[in-house]
Amino acid sequence: MNGTIAAIATGQDPGGIGTIRISGSDAISVADKVFSCVSGRKLSSLEGYRAAYGKVTGSDSFCDEAVALVFRAPHSYTGEDVVEISCHGGRYSTAMTLKACINAGARPAEAGEFTKRAFENGKMSLTQAESVMNIVSAAGRQSAAAAMAARDGKLAKRIEDIRKILTEIDAALAAWSDFPDDDLPVVTDEELVSKLRSARDRLSEVVEEGRKATLINEGINTVICGRPNVGKSTLMNLLSGKEKSIVTDIPGTTRDTVDEAVNIDGCVLLLSDTAGIRETNDKVETIGVQRALKSIDNAQLILAIFDASQPLDKDDISLIDSICDKPVIAIINKVDKEKNINEEYIKNKIKHIVYISAKNEIGIDQLRREIFSVTELEKLDASSGIIINERQLFCASNALDCVNMALDDLAANMTYDAINVSIDNAIESLLELSGERVSDVVVDEIFSKFCIGK
Amino acid sequence: MSYKAESYDVAVIGAGHAGIEAALAAARLGCRTVIFTINMDSVGNLPCNPAIGGTAKGHLVFEIDALGGEMGRAADVSTIQSRMLNRGKGPAVHSMRVQVDRKLYSEQMKHTLEKQENLLLRQAEITDIERGEEGWKLTTRLGAQHDVKCVIIATGTYLGGKIFVGDVNYEGGPDGMFAATALGKSLKELGLPLRRFKTGTPARVLRSSIDFENLESQSGDDEPIPFSASTETEIKNLAKCFVSWTNDNTKQVITENLPRSPLYSGMIEGIGPRYCPSIEDKIVRFPQKLRHQCFIEPCGINTEEMYLQGISSSLPEDAQIELYRTMDGMSNVQIMRSAYAIEYDCVDPTAMYPTLEFKNFKGLYGAGQFNGSSGYEEAAAQGIVAGINAARAVKGLEQIVFPRSNSYIGTLIDDLVTKGVMDPYRMMTSRSEYRLILRQDNAQERLSDLGHEIGLLDDYRYNVYLNNKKLKYEEMERARKTVISPSKELNDILVSRETSPVETGVHLAELLKRPQIDYAALESIDTTRPNISKRILEQAETEIKYEGYIKRQQAQIDEQKRLENRTIPSDIDYDDIGGLRLEAIEKLKKLRPLNVGQASRISGVSPADISVLMIYLKSKK
Repeated sequence: MNGTIAAIATGQDPGGIGTIRISGSDAISVADKVFSCVSGRKLSSLEGYRAAYGKVTGSDSFCDEAVALVFRAPHSYTGEDVVEISCHGGRYSTAMTLKACINAGARPAEAGEFTKRAFENGKMSLTQAESVMNIVSAAGRQSAAAAMAARDGKLAKRIEDIRKILTEIDAALAAWSDFPDDDLPVVTDEELVSKLRSARDRLSEVVEEGRKATLINEGINTVICGRPNVGKSTLMNLLSGKEKSIVTDIPGTTRDTVDEAVNIDGCVLLLSDTAGIRETNDKVETIGVQRALKSIDNAQLILAIFDASQPLDKDDISLIDSICDKPVIAIINKVDKEKNINEEYIKNKIKHIVYISAKNEIGIDQLRREIFSVTELEKLDASSGIIINERQLFCASNALDCVNMALDDLAANMTYDAINVSIDNAIESLLELSGERVSDVVVDEIFSKFCIGK
Repeated sequence: MSYKAESYDVAVIGAGHAGIEAALAAARLGCRTVIFTINMDSVGNLPCNPAIGGTAKGHLVFEIDALGGEMGRAADVSTIQSRMLNRGKGPAVHSMRVQVDRKLYSEQMKHTLEKQENLLLRQAEITDIERGEEGWKLTTRLGAQHDVKCVIIATGTYLGGKIFVGDVNYEGGPDGMFAATALGKSLKELGLPLRRFKTGTPARVLRSSIDFENLESQSGDDEPIPFSASTETEIKNLAKCFVSWTNDNTKQVITENLPRSPLYSGMIEGIGPRYCPSIEDKIVRFPQKLRHQCFIEPCGINTEEMYLQGISSSLPEDAQIELYRTMDGMSNVQIMRSAYAIEYDCVDPTAMYPTLEFKNFKGLYGAGQFNGSSGYEEAAAQGIVAGINAARAVKGLEQIVFPRSNSYIGTLIDDLVTKGVMDPYRMMTSRSEYRLILRQDNAQERLSDLGHEIGLLDDYRYNVYLNNKKLKYEEMERARKTVISPSKELNDILVSRETSPVETGVHLAELLKRPQIDYAALESIDTTRPNISKRILEQAETEIKYEGYIKRQQAQIDEQKRLENRTIPSDIDYDDIGGLRLEAIEKLKKLRPLNVGQASRISGVSPADISVLMIYLKSKK
């Protein structure tokens, strides 16, 4: 509850204007760090209800024109000091601006936190309480669902691995303190340092990559699928080659394979190429196919490609049947060739159809429009995802700070009880999203690992 | 035939460690109190190890003393060896443990109860409990009926106790006492959620049958300190402990006899403690471990009985003899009392408020092993809280909840009543998130104001504490202000302690912040040091050295307090709160937390649920 919070306040519609809201006692000083007025004035010198034109700057030489609106407590939505920075819409600019605010000392808002603060500061009447509770509750549910979805991801697994390393040394230290007379393996400084360093290195990696991946996480999970050789890769290259490719081949995101991220009219598509889907006896290929099916399940947008020159075969048909109730665009490729496809079957099942020739770059603009329309239609709600991902990142960097403190104190010969507490805090940060409690986790680890007791 | 006997304000069932603190607290707070024991010779008995304290348990004893309880004083009187565990591992985990003369401890406690004003110690088995007109009606086996306002159940392992040694089992309490066989039925009829737990104890053996020659011995500390701030007599080390080990032969005996163990043959249904497994359990669960340690501890001064810590067992008697004789120095050992497992009835502690009063059972409290904990100190800690709250209920005063942030007592009770227990609960330092604040050395600072305010800690003890506190803060102030000028002498000290020399004057406190430096190291150059006790100097040093950590933990505590301070009215209707998830509604209805802080620790209640709850509470104000 305490502290200054920030989040993207506008919806996810690309284009237009995006607003980042910052609220809390440090809101204005945070905004001053990321926003510079053309006039050269500081936002902190402005009265409430004043706007300033200028630019926001962030990492990776991000820069955008923006307007900052200053609200002074208690005259704001939340009743606290608030700055709203309006920049260009679309996920890229808003995400980069939010990231800059967080780097400047704000923390990502929890689900429904602005509304909650508004209520707590008496900005809403009591009769509104019920609806506020529903909003907060719904937001909480959404982010819980998003957290669940992220559990499968690589990032979640890596964080879990780090958590395990830390729990192991924490439990070893705790067991050694709690059962001093028991015959337990002695924890040495060297061992502690080496494990803490390993946790630190992994955490730094996660934080570093997480920072890069925040962008990706705010894009739309898009899967390109279809039978082998229908032109998936050509289309992929075409989309990414034409557009500015933001990041390529990023390990450690929550996706298994993100091959390209492309920005289409302010809307970031995270394209994953999948293995061609067909029945096969080949073991390796089967794994690929299973993975493809799984990523189809998780996809927010599916681009299903078919070969216009060939009739639909049973693999095509089973693909159509399995995806037709999802946000999907059927792309009929190779329209430059003789048409043999029975498109009626597709038309009956899939609403959005585009005809292209990837090779000759025909129909690409049409495809873009369709993508836009489908994503808008589906109202892909990535906002909960943003909260979670920003929070994951925030928790990881908190944990990193704690591990660094443990290492520093260890180097300074501080006693183990203090180091133990720092490791506790690191684990606590990593557990924050799962809702488990550090003392339970550590105590369970002690009992499962060590033979202790009178 | 039953007859009408005296009425009391508070009745305590059981005179073990929980019952004793409960009864003393209630009587000292001015309630007419009776404490029932099934056997007058087992008051304050130590049926397992002859020791008080240990990691986190030592903290509990200091806390009980800071509140005005008895355990620390009795331990001081009967100490035969004292050790401060974890000396090198930092002040948060410094834990005192003393070996005691168990007879002397028990006698001391019994005598204290007998001398206590407002209190009657009475041998009787309570067989029935029912609601009375103004509280509760207790009936003894011999037919006495007592009307009482509040009841504290502290039945330990006596309730429905059943002893197991191999394939032999029979109804019985600890140390050859009778079990309380009738009360369980009565409690079930009342509707308390009873369950079965089990625990065990090793054999006691004859000292002269052990060959100590090749066994490592363990002595007490050079300068032992007392648990109690009111103890003025010197603590002396009068006895030694010894260490023996199991080996391959032990393992073989156990493996061969495992099918005869009631645990492995499925005769015991109760759940045993994870932290004190029997030797059978240890060998089955940790097969890679080649040998297990055994502390041989004297049971007292005027006895030759020795306790074999670490080797509890429920194997048949012949297997026990065989296994103990495989151990180092014990080839001819003679068992005086056999090891046994004991299964008993206890309650699901989530049926209680953190005040230790049962929800829906006004005036009915539980404490100790009955609440699913284990250990003398854990029992005593709950006993004093139950006693305080029962007395306050009688007097019409507000109930007291100990927060996690002020004590291990509060942490223990919160864990029990909020999370519940799957196996007998033992206190550990790792269970407290505020370890660097909840230290032994500052127990008084954390609790004595409260102890004095409620009337348990007498003026004399309170004033001793106030004076020590003043000295500590004056010393901390002096350390912050005193500048030590650079000198060869100072730098020699610093370098010899492997820390960097100084070139300019430096505050004493800055030097003490260095992990390598303590008061003792600076004695020769710290010329303005006042003549105060080493203990107070140590306390000041801890506060200075760990200042950063302490501040951070204090900030966490302050943040949590916001939630703890939001009380939840007892008539709240969770079904009426829009936005709560179904799972949260069920958990909240079952646990009925007293405040938002407690609610936030219930598993299955999410942060979003807590927000919803807080908004709801605010809107109702």
